[in-house]
Amino acid sequence: MRRVKALILSYLILTGLWLVLSEVTRNEFIIGSLVSATISLIFSSRLAILENVKLNPKALFCSIKFIFVFLRELFKSAIDVAIRVLSPSLPINPGIVKVRTKLHSKLGRIVLANSITLTPGTMTVEAKGEYLYIHWIDIKSDDIESATVAIVSTFEKHLEVMYG
Amino acid sequence: MLFIASIISLLGALFLFLGSMGVLRMPDVYNRMQAGTKATTLGTMMTLLGIGLANTAWLPKILLLILFVLFTNPISSSALARAAHFSGIKLTDRSIRDNLADDKVEEQDA
Repeated sequence: MRRVKALILSYLILTGLWLVLSEVTRNEFIIGSLVSATISLIFSSRLAILENVKLNPKALFCSIKFIFVFLRELFKSAIDVAIRVLSPSLPINPGIVKVRTKLHSKLGRIVLANSITLTPGTMTVEAKGEYLYIHWIDIKSDDIESATVAIVSTFEKHLEVMYG
Repeated sequence: MLFIASIISLLGALFLFLGSMGVLRMPDVYNRMQAGTKATTLGTMMTLLGIGLANTAWLPKILLLILFVLFTNPISSSALARAAHFSGIKLTDRSIRDNLADDKVEEQDA
């Protein structure tokens, strides 16, 4: 059952991609969806990661909210980099800190690590189980708990609903 | 419409410029990677979005491109930073601490 879910999701993603990339005519759509179905079937065992996607109204609502939170953080981070680069004294205070995530699913952790890379002043260097090692350009706190609150919690509360 | 699109593209180009300046000014690999990831991601997104708004027929494909940039950029920079750390490139002297190196030493001792 769970494999079927991954299969259907990958089929929908591939067909959607094809629809955007091609002119929408009937024959092209049929060929495209056939090829998508074949690819999804062949690779279904490796697409196990898509099983973590939760499909309920709350998760969908959270996904939309997450996109906006993410875009806001992305803007903030680009401006943050710009300010640091432009100031003559180069105000950095870098180091690698260790944080702990509450997320259990693989997909949730991947999305979290990538989101952290694109937020102000932080970049994921290594992920080991539930710990993430993060290069932080301006270290403000010393222990795992407060670093976790500062870096991870913005995204974690959305991702927890989306992927668990 | 064309005016707004131009402004957005220009802002994107400005972010790209600041990102490259960050690559020049930062002291070590990791800080350079930070400047080179965030500013360029937003810069590329805005430049592409400006093109898409100027020529609306391209907008769906442009949005797809933005999505791919958004997925691949952080992954590649994480992989590069990880590879740099594991091949033993030091952090700059201004760094405060390095938990990852500490943990690696502990693992070797154990």
